[in-house]
Amino acid sequence: MEIIRILISELPQFAKGTLVALEVLAGLLFLGLVLGLAIALAEIFGNTVVKFFATTVRKFLWAIPQLVLLFLVFYLPFDLNPVLAAIIALGLCSSAFQSQIFRGAILSVQSGQIEAAKAMGLSKPKIIFYIVIPQMIRLSIGPWTNEFSSELKDTSLAYVVGVVEIMRQAKYIIAYTFGNTAAVYLFVGVLYFILTRIGTYFFYRLEERLWVPGFEKRS
Amino acid sequence: MISFFHYAIEILPDMLSGAWVTIQLAVVCITVGILFGMVLGVARVYSSKYIYWIVTGYVEFLRGTPCLLQLFFIYYGLGDMGLLLKPVIAAGIALGINTSVYQAEYFRGAIQSIKPGQMTAARAMGLSKWKAIRYVILPQALRLVIPSSSNEIIYMFKYTSVAFAVGVPELLAQAEINGAMNFRYFESYLLAAIIYIIMVFTVAKIMAIIEKKVYVPGLQLMQ
Repeated sequence: MEIIRILISELPQFAKGTLVALEVLAGLLFLGLVLGLAIALAEIFGNTVVKFFATTVRKFLWAIPQLVLLFLVFYLPFDLNPVLAAIIALGLCSSAFQSQIFRGAILSVQSGQIEAAKAMGLSKPKIIFYIVIPQMIRLSIGPWTNEFSSELKDTSLAYVVGVVEIMRQAKYIIAYTFGNTAAVYLFVGVLYFILTRIGTYFFYRLEERLWVPGFEKRS
Repeated sequence: MISFFHYAIEILPDMLSGAWVTIQLAVVCITVGILFGMVLGVARVYSSKYIYWIVTGYVEFLRGTPCLLQLFFIYYGLGDMGLLLKPVIAAGIALGINTSVYQAEYFRGAIQSIKPGQMTAARAMGLSKWKAIRYVILPQALRLVIPSSSNEIIYMFKYTSVAFAVGVPELLAQAEINGAMNFRYFESYLLAAIIYIIMVFTVAKIMAIIEKKVYVPGLQLMQ
Protein backbone atom coordinates (compact mmCIF):
# COMPACT_ATOMS: atom_id res chain seq x y z
CA MET A 1 0.00 0.00 0.00
CA GLU A 2 1.54 3.21 -1.24
CA ILE A 3 -0.41 5.48 1.08
CA ILE A 4 0.59 3.68 4.28
CA ARG A 5 4.24 3.98 3.31
CA ILE A 6 3.78 7.71 2.70
CA LEU A 7 2.01 8.21 6.03
CA ILE A 8 4.73 6.34 7.92
CA SER A 9 7.50 8.32 6.25
CA GLU A 10 5.68 11.55 7.13
CA LEU A 11 5.19 10.69 10.80
CA PRO A 12 7.93 13.12 11.95
CA GLN A 13 6.05 15.96 10.24
CA PHE A 14 2.84 15.00 12.01
CA ALA A 15 4.74 14.79 15.30
CA LYS A 16 6.07 18.31 14.76
CA GLY A 17 2.57 19.56 13.99
CA THR A 18 1.21 17.82 17.07
CA LEU A 19 3.82 19.51 19.26
CA VAL A 20 2.86 22.93 17.90
CA ALA A 21 -0.83 22.15 18.43
CA LEU A 22 -0.13 21.09 22.01
CA GLU A 23 1.90 24.25 22.57
CA VAL A 24 -1.02 26.38 21.36
CA LEU A 25 -3.39 24.28 23.48
CA ALA A 26 -1.33 24.68 26.64
CA GLY A 27 -1.02 28.43 26.10
CA LEU A 28 -4.67 29.03 25.40
CA LEU A 29 -5.90 26.84 28.23
CA PHE A 30 -3.63 28.63 30.67
CA LEU A 31 -4.74 32.07 29.46
CA GLY A 32 -8.37 30.96 29.53
CA LEU A 33 -7.94 29.54 33.01
CA VAL A 34 -6.48 32.71 34.47
CA LEU A 35 -8.91 35.07 32.74
CA GLY A 36 -11.88 32.74 33.26
CA LEU A 37 -11.16 32.45 36.97
CA ALA A 38 -10.77 36.23 37.22
CA ILE A 39 -14.10 36.80 35.44
CA ALA A 40 -15.88 34.21 37.58
CA LEU A 41 -14.51 35.64 40.84
CA ALA A 42 -15.37 39.18 39.72
CA GLU A 43 -18.90 38.13 38.84
CA ILE A 44 -19.52 36.49 42.19
CA PHE A 45 -17.49 38.49 44.71
CA GLY A 46 -17.13 41.86 42.97
CA ASN A 47 -19.14 45.00 43.64
CA THR A 48 -21.81 46.20 41.21
CA VAL A 49 -19.45 47.98 38.84
CA VAL A 50 -16.93 45.12 38.69
CA LYS A 51 -19.76 42.62 38.26
CA PHE A 52 -21.29 44.56 35.38
CA PHE A 53 -17.91 44.95 33.68
CA ALA A 54 -17.05 41.25 34.05
CA THR A 55 -20.43 40.11 32.74
CA THR A 56 -20.18 42.41 29.72
CA VAL A 57 -16.69 41.17 28.86
CA ARG A 58 -17.79 37.54 29.21
CA LYS A 59 -20.88 38.03 27.03
CA PHE A 60 -18.95 39.72 24.25
CA LEU A 61 -16.18 37.13 24.27
CA TRP A 62 -18.83 34.42 24.22
CA ALA A 63 -20.61 35.91 21.21
CA ILE A 64 -17.59 36.39 18.91
CA PRO A 65 -16.70 33.35 16.76
CA GLN A 66 -13.17 32.09 17.43
CA LEU A 67 -12.13 32.67 13.83
CA VAL A 68 -13.20 36.32 13.84
CA LEU A 69 -11.33 37.00 17.07
CA LEU A 70 -8.34 35.13 15.66
CA PHE A 71 -8.20 37.43 12.64
CA LEU A 72 -8.84 40.52 14.77
CA VAL A 73 -5.87 39.69 16.99
CA PHE A 74 -3.73 38.66 14.04
CA TYR A 75 -4.34 41.94 12.21
CA LEU A 76 -3.78 44.18 15.23
CA PRO A 77 -1.74 47.23 14.26
CA PHE A 78 1.43 45.71 15.74
CA ASP A 79 3.16 42.53 14.64
CA LEU A 80 2.32 39.37 16.52
CA ASN A 81 3.65 35.99 15.57
CA PRO A 82 0.87 33.59 14.49
CA VAL A 83 1.32 31.20 17.42
CA LEU A 84 0.99 34.03 19.92
CA ALA A 85 -2.02 35.47 18.09
CA ALA A 86 -3.70 32.06 18.13
CA ILE A 87 -3.00 31.61 21.84
CA ILE A 88 -4.39 35.04 22.71
CA ALA A 89 -7.50 34.81 20.53
CA LEU A 90 -8.48 31.25 21.37
CA GLY A 91 -7.57 31.85 25.01
CA LEU A 92 -9.90 34.84 25.18
CA CYS A 93 -12.74 32.78 23.70
CA SER A 94 -11.98 29.94 26.05
CA SER A 95 -12.01 32.25 29.08
CA ALA A 96 -15.70 33.02 28.50
CA PHE A 97 -16.52 29.31 28.63
CA GLN A 98 -14.16 28.55 31.50
CA SER A 99 -15.58 31.39 33.57
CA GLN A 100 -19.00 29.74 33.28
CA ILE A 101 -17.53 26.46 34.49
CA PHE A 102 -15.82 28.11 37.45
CA ARG A 103 -18.88 30.19 38.26
CA GLY A 104 -21.02 27.06 38.52
CA ALA A 105 -18.38 25.32 40.62
CA ILE A 106 -17.93 28.27 42.98
CA LEU A 107 -21.66 28.64 43.49
CA SER A 108 -21.96 24.97 44.38
CA VAL A 109 -19.35 25.22 47.14
CA GLN A 110 -21.56 24.91 50.19
CA SER A 111 -22.41 28.33 51.63
CA GLY A 112 -21.79 27.09 55.17
CA GLN A 113 -18.12 26.83 54.28
CA ILE A 114 -17.89 30.54 53.51
CA GLU A 115 -19.92 31.49 56.59
CA ALA A 116 -17.69 29.35 58.78
CA ALA A 117 -14.59 30.94 57.27
CA LYS A 118 -16.02 34.40 57.91
CA ALA A 119 -16.79 33.40 61.49
CA MET A 120 -13.17 32.32 61.87
CA GLY A 121 -12.18 35.86 60.95
CA LEU A 122 -10.63 35.19 57.54
CA SER A 123 -10.49 38.12 55.16
CA LYS A 124 -12.24 37.96 51.78
CA PRO A 125 -9.12 37.20 49.69
CA LYS A 126 -8.14 34.52 52.18
CA ILE A 127 -11.60 32.95 52.01
CA ILE A 128 -11.36 32.89 48.22
CA PHE A 129 -7.87 31.40 48.07
CA TYR A 130 -7.94 29.00 51.00
CA ILE A 131 -11.60 27.91 51.15
CA VAL A 132 -13.37 28.47 47.84
CA ILE A 133 -10.73 27.73 45.20
CA PRO A 134 -9.44 24.40 46.60
CA GLN A 135 -12.99 23.03 46.70
CA MET A 136 -13.96 24.59 43.40
CA ILE A 137 -11.09 22.92 41.54
CA ARG A 138 -12.44 19.46 42.33
CA LEU A 139 -15.92 20.34 41.16
CA SER A 140 -14.76 21.94 37.94
CA ILE A 141 -12.50 19.17 36.61
CA GLY A 142 -15.43 17.31 35.02
CA PRO A 143 -16.81 20.16 32.91
CA TRP A 144 -13.28 21.42 32.35
CA THR A 145 -12.47 18.13 30.58
CA ASN A 146 -15.13 18.96 27.99
CA GLU A 147 -13.60 22.38 27.49
CA PHE A 148 -10.18 20.77 27.13
CA SER A 149 -11.31 18.42 24.38
CA SER A 150 -13.21 21.12 22.51
CA GLU A 151 -10.21 23.46 22.67
CA LEU A 152 -7.90 20.66 21.51
CA LYS A 153 -10.03 20.43 18.39
CA ASP A 154 -10.20 24.21 18.08
CA THR A 155 -6.42 24.47 17.86
CA SER A 156 -7.01 23.39 14.25
CA LEU A 157 -8.47 26.88 13.67
CA ALA A 158 -4.98 28.33 14.12
CA TYR A 159 -4.40 26.89 10.66
CA VAL A 160 -6.04 29.94 9.08
CA VAL A 161 -3.42 32.40 10.37
CA GLY A 162 -0.58 30.16 9.25
CA VAL A 163 0.41 28.31 12.39
CA VAL A 164 2.11 25.12 11.24
CA GLU A 165 0.00 22.75 13.32
CA ILE A 166 -1.46 19.39 12.36
CA MET A 167 -3.85 20.65 9.66
CA ARG A 168 -1.16 22.77 8.02
CA GLN A 169 1.30 19.86 8.06
CA ALA A 170 -1.41 17.69 6.47
CA LYS A 171 -1.87 20.31 3.77
CA TYR A 172 1.88 20.38 3.05
CA ILE A 173 2.03 16.60 2.92
CA ILE A 174 -0.90 16.48 0.52
CA ALA A 175 0.75 19.12 -1.64
CA TYR A 176 4.08 17.36 -2.04
CA THR A 177 2.85 13.79 -2.26
CA PHE A 178 0.28 14.73 -4.92
CA GLY A 179 -3.17 13.70 -3.89
CA ASN A 180 -4.11 11.14 -1.23
CA THR A 181 -6.18 13.94 0.25
CA ALA A 182 -8.89 11.79 1.79
CA ALA A 183 -6.44 9.28 3.28
CA VAL A 184 -4.26 11.96 4.86
CA TYR A 185 -7.24 13.76 6.37
CA LEU A 186 -8.60 10.47 7.66
CA PHE A 187 -5.26 9.83 9.33
CA VAL A 188 -5.35 13.32 10.86
CA GLY A 189 -8.84 12.54 12.14
CA VAL A 190 -7.57 9.41 13.87
CA LEU A 191 -4.67 11.43 15.30
CA TYR A 192 -7.01 14.04 16.80
CA PHE A 193 -9.30 11.33 18.09
CA ILE A 194 -6.43 9.59 19.89
CA LEU A 195 -5.16 12.88 21.34
CA THR A 196 -8.64 13.76 22.63
CA ARG A 197 -9.05 10.33 24.16
CA ILE A 198 -5.67 10.38 25.90
CA GLY A 199 -6.37 13.84 27.30
CA THR A 200 -9.82 13.05 28.60
CA TYR A 201 -8.62 9.75 30.09
CA PHE A 202 -5.97 11.65 32.02
CA PHE A 203 -8.50 14.14 33.39
CA TYR A 204 -10.93 11.38 34.39
CA ARG A 205 -8.15 9.77 36.37
CA LEU A 206 -7.32 13.12 37.98
CA GLU A 207 -10.94 13.68 38.91
CA GLU A 208 -11.14 10.21 40.44
CA ARG A 209 -7.98 10.77 42.40
CA LEU A 210 -9.04 14.15 43.80
CA TRP A 211 -12.54 12.96 44.61
CA VAL A 212 -13.58 13.39 48.23
CA PRO A 213 -16.71 11.48 49.28
CA GLY A 214 -19.48 13.82 50.42
CA PHE A 215 -18.23 16.80 48.42
CA GLU A 216 -19.97 16.06 45.12
CA LYS A 217 -21.69 18.79 43.18
CA ARG A 218 -25.14 19.28 44.58
CA SER A 219 -27.89 19.41 41.98
CA MET B 1 -13.01 56.49 14.68
CA ILE B 2 -14.79 58.65 12.10
CA SER B 3 -12.89 56.94 9.31
CA PHE B 4 -13.98 53.56 10.70
CA PHE B 5 -17.63 54.61 10.47
CA HIS B 6 -17.22 55.85 6.91
CA TYR B 7 -15.49 52.63 5.96
CA ALA B 8 -18.07 50.53 7.79
CA ILE B 9 -20.94 52.18 5.95
CA GLU B 10 -19.10 51.73 2.67
CA ILE B 11 -18.66 47.97 3.07
CA LEU B 12 -21.90 47.36 4.95
CA PRO B 13 -23.88 46.07 1.91
CA ASP B 14 -21.25 43.39 1.22
CA MET B 15 -21.10 42.42 4.86
CA LEU B 16 -24.88 42.16 5.13
CA SER B 17 -25.02 39.91 2.09
CA GLY B 18 -22.39 37.78 3.83
CA ALA B 19 -24.45 37.79 7.01
CA TRP B 20 -27.45 36.57 5.01
CA VAL B 21 -25.39 33.64 3.68
CA THR B 22 -24.30 32.90 7.25
CA ILE B 23 -27.92 32.86 8.41
CA GLN B 24 -29.01 30.55 5.59
CA LEU B 25 -26.10 28.20 6.20
CA ALA B 26 -26.81 28.17 9.93
CA VAL B 27 -30.52 27.43 9.44
CA VAL B 28 -29.75 24.49 7.13
CA CYS B 29 -27.03 23.06 9.40
CA ILE B 30 -29.03 23.43 12.57
CA THR B 31 -32.14 21.83 11.04
CA VAL B 32 -30.10 18.94 9.66
CA GLY B 33 -28.28 18.69 12.99
CA ILE B 34 -31.44 18.47 15.09
CA LEU B 35 -33.14 15.92 12.80
CA PHE B 36 -30.11 13.63 12.49
CA GLY B 37 -29.20 14.21 16.12
CA MET B 38 -32.64 13.04 17.19
CA VAL B 39 -32.38 9.89 15.06
CA LEU B 40 -28.88 9.13 16.34
CA GLY B 41 -29.88 9.84 19.92
CA VAL B 42 -32.87 7.47 19.70
CA ALA B 43 -30.66 4.86 18.02
CA ARG B 44 -28.13 5.04 20.84
CA VAL B 45 -30.77 4.27 23.44
CA TYR B 46 -33.28 1.95 21.79
CA SER B 47 -31.55 0.05 19.01
CA SER B 48 -30.14 -3.46 18.83
CA LYS B 49 -26.59 -4.19 19.90
CA TYR B 50 -24.95 -3.95 16.47
CA ILE B 51 -26.63 -0.69 15.49
CA TYR B 52 -25.76 0.67 18.93
CA TRP B 53 -22.07 -0.02 18.41
CA ILE B 54 -22.03 1.42 14.90
CA VAL B 55 -23.84 4.59 16.00
CA THR B 56 -21.69 4.97 19.12
CA GLY B 57 -18.49 4.55 17.12
CA TYR B 58 -19.67 7.09 14.56
CA VAL B 59 -20.69 9.65 17.17
CA GLU B 60 -17.58 9.22 19.29
CA PHE B 61 -15.21 9.42 16.35
CA LEU B 62 -16.81 12.56 14.94
CA ARG B 63 -16.89 14.15 18.37
CA GLY B 64 -13.16 13.57 18.65
CA THR B 65 -12.21 15.31 15.41
CA PRO B 66 -12.24 19.03 14.57
CA CYS B 67 -14.99 20.56 12.48
CA LEU B 68 -12.45 22.15 10.14
CA LEU B 69 -11.00 18.72 9.42
CA GLN B 70 -14.42 17.28 8.62
CA LEU B 71 -15.05 20.18 6.28
CA PHE B 72 -11.70 19.66 4.51
CA PHE B 73 -12.32 15.93 4.28
CA ILE B 74 -15.68 16.46 2.59
CA TYR B 75 -14.59 19.31 0.33
CA TYR B 76 -11.00 18.42 -0.60
CA GLY B 77 -10.95 14.72 0.27
CA LEU B 78 -14.12 13.72 -1.54
CA GLY B 79 -13.28 16.22 -4.29
CA ASP B 80 -10.00 14.41 -4.80
CA MET B 81 -11.84 11.11 -5.14
CA GLY B 82 -14.09 12.57 -7.83
CA LEU B 83 -17.08 13.80 -5.83
CA LEU B 84 -16.79 17.55 -6.38
CA LEU B 85 -19.24 19.49 -4.24
CA LYS B 86 -19.98 23.18 -4.34
CA PRO B 87 -18.36 24.90 -1.34
CA VAL B 88 -21.66 25.90 0.20
CA ILE B 89 -23.03 22.35 -0.09
CA ALA B 90 -19.85 20.82 1.34
CA ALA B 91 -20.02 23.29 4.23
CA GLY B 92 -23.69 22.51 4.82
CA ILE B 93 -23.02 18.78 4.93
CA ALA B 94 -19.89 19.04 7.10
CA LEU B 95 -21.33 21.45 9.63
CA GLY B 96 -24.63 19.58 9.68
CA ILE B 97 -22.86 16.30 10.41
CA ASN B 98 -20.69 17.96 13.02
CA THR B 99 -23.55 19.52 14.94
CA SER B 100 -25.73 16.41 14.62
CA VAL B 101 -23.35 14.28 16.68
CA TYR B 102 -23.37 16.83 19.49
CA GLN B 103 -27.15 17.08 19.32
CA ALA B 104 -27.23 13.27 19.44
CA GLU B 105 -25.48 13.34 22.80
CA TYR B 106 -27.96 15.85 24.19
CA PHE B 107 -30.89 13.83 22.89
CA ARG B 108 -29.45 10.68 24.38
CA GLY B 109 -29.10 12.42 27.75
CA ALA B 110 -32.67 13.71 27.61
CA ILE B 111 -34.12 10.36 26.56
CA GLN B 112 -32.20 8.52 29.26
CA SER B 113 -33.40 10.93 31.93
CA ILE B 114 -37.03 9.97 31.27
CA LYS B 115 -38.04 7.39 33.82
CA PRO B 116 -38.08 3.81 32.45
CA GLY B 117 -41.57 3.40 33.92
CA GLN B 118 -42.89 5.57 31.08
CA MET B 119 -41.73 3.07 28.49
CA THR B 120 -43.00 0.13 30.51
CA ALA B 121 -46.41 1.77 30.94
CA ALA B 122 -46.63 2.60 27.22
CA ARG B 123 -45.79 -0.98 26.28
CA ALA B 124 -48.34 -2.27 28.81
CA MET B 125 -50.97 -0.09 27.11
CA GLY B 126 -50.28 -2.05 23.92
CA LEU B 127 -48.21 0.56 22.05
CA SER B 128 -45.48 -0.83 19.85
CA LYS B 129 -41.91 0.17 20.69
CA TRP B 130 -41.70 2.77 17.94
CA LYS B 131 -45.11 4.19 18.78
CA ALA B 132 -44.10 4.45 22.42
CA ILE B 133 -40.96 6.35 21.40
CA ARG B 134 -42.90 8.57 19.02
CA TYR B 135 -45.85 9.43 21.27
CA VAL B 136 -44.56 9.00 24.84
CA ILE B 137 -40.79 9.34 25.03
CA LEU B 138 -39.94 11.93 22.37
CA PRO B 139 -42.53 14.58 23.34
CA GLN B 140 -41.06 14.60 26.83
CA ALA B 141 -37.45 14.35 25.68
CA LEU B 142 -37.84 17.24 23.24
CA ARG B 143 -38.84 19.53 26.07
CA LEU B 144 -35.92 18.43 28.22
CA VAL B 145 -33.36 18.77 25.45
CA ILE B 146 -34.08 22.42 24.65
CA PRO B 147 -31.66 24.13 27.08
CA SER B 148 -28.61 22.08 26.09
CA SER B 149 -29.68 21.93 22.46
CA SER B 150 -30.00 25.69 22.27
CA ASN B 151 -26.42 26.05 23.51
CA GLU B 152 -25.31 23.87 20.62
CA ILE B 153 -27.43 25.91 18.21
CA ILE B 154 -25.74 29.13 19.30
CA TYR B 155 -22.33 27.47 19.16
CA MET B 156 -23.04 26.22 15.64
CA PHE B 157 -24.21 29.63 14.55
CA LYS B 158 -20.79 31.00 15.45
CA TYR B 159 -19.04 28.00 13.99
CA THR B 160 -20.47 28.54 10.49
CA SER B 161 -17.54 30.96 10.14
CA VAL B 162 -15.22 28.01 9.38
CA ALA B 163 -17.05 27.71 6.04
CA PHE B 164 -14.94 30.61 4.83
CA ALA B 165 -11.96 28.22 4.69
CA VAL B 166 -13.43 26.51 1.62
CA GLY B 167 -14.59 29.75 0.03
CA VAL B 168 -18.23 30.10 1.01
CA PRO B 169 -19.01 33.84 0.68
CA GLU B 170 -20.32 34.22 4.22
CA LEU B 171 -19.68 37.03 6.68
CA LEU B 172 -16.08 36.21 7.55
CA ALA B 173 -15.16 35.67 3.89
CA GLN B 174 -16.72 39.04 3.01
CA ALA B 175 -14.65 40.66 5.76
CA GLU B 176 -11.52 39.09 4.33
CA ILE B 177 -12.33 40.12 0.75
CA ASN B 178 -13.15 43.70 1.73
CA GLY B 179 -10.11 43.85 3.99
CA ALA B 180 -7.87 42.74 1.15
CA MET B 181 -9.42 45.12 -1.38
CA ASN B 182 -9.09 48.20 0.81
CA PHE B 183 -6.11 46.95 2.80
CA ARG B 184 -8.02 47.59 6.01
CA TYR B 185 -8.11 44.14 7.56
CA PHE B 186 -8.56 45.08 11.19
CA GLU B 187 -11.52 47.36 10.58
CA SER B 188 -13.24 44.81 8.35
CA TYR B 189 -12.93 42.08 10.96
CA LEU B 190 -14.08 44.51 13.63
CA LEU B 191 -17.27 45.16 11.68
CA ALA B 192 -17.70 41.39 11.18
CA ALA B 193 -17.32 40.89 14.93
CA ILE B 194 -19.97 43.54 15.63
CA ILE B 195 -22.42 41.94 13.19
CA TYR B 196 -21.74 38.48 14.65
CA ILE B 197 -22.32 39.78 18.18
CA ILE B 198 -25.65 41.31 17.18
CA MET B 199 -26.73 38.11 15.43
CA VAL B 200 -25.61 35.80 18.25
CA PHE B 201 -27.35 37.92 20.89
CA THR B 202 -30.52 37.83 18.78
CA VAL B 203 -30.34 34.05 18.40
CA ALA B 204 -29.70 33.67 22.15
CA LYS B 205 -32.73 35.88 22.88
CA ILE B 206 -34.94 33.80 20.57
CA MET B 207 -33.76 30.58 22.22
CA ALA B 208 -34.43 32.04 25.68
CA ILE B 209 -37.98 32.96 24.61
CA ILE B 210 -38.58 29.43 23.26
CA GLU B 211 -37.18 27.93 26.47
CA LYS B 212 -39.56 30.06 28.52
CA LYS B 213 -42.54 29.20 26.30
CA VAL B 214 -42.18 25.43 26.63
CA TYR B 215 -41.11 25.44 30.27
CA VAL B 216 -43.16 23.16 32.50
CA PRO B 217 -42.49 23.60 36.23
CA GLY B 218 -41.06 20.48 37.80
CA LEU B 219 -40.01 18.93 34.51
CA GLN B 220 -36.26 19.43 34.23
CA LEU B 221 -33.25 17.45 33.26
CA MET B 222 -32.08 15.49 36.29
CA GLN B 223 -28.48 16.23 37.15
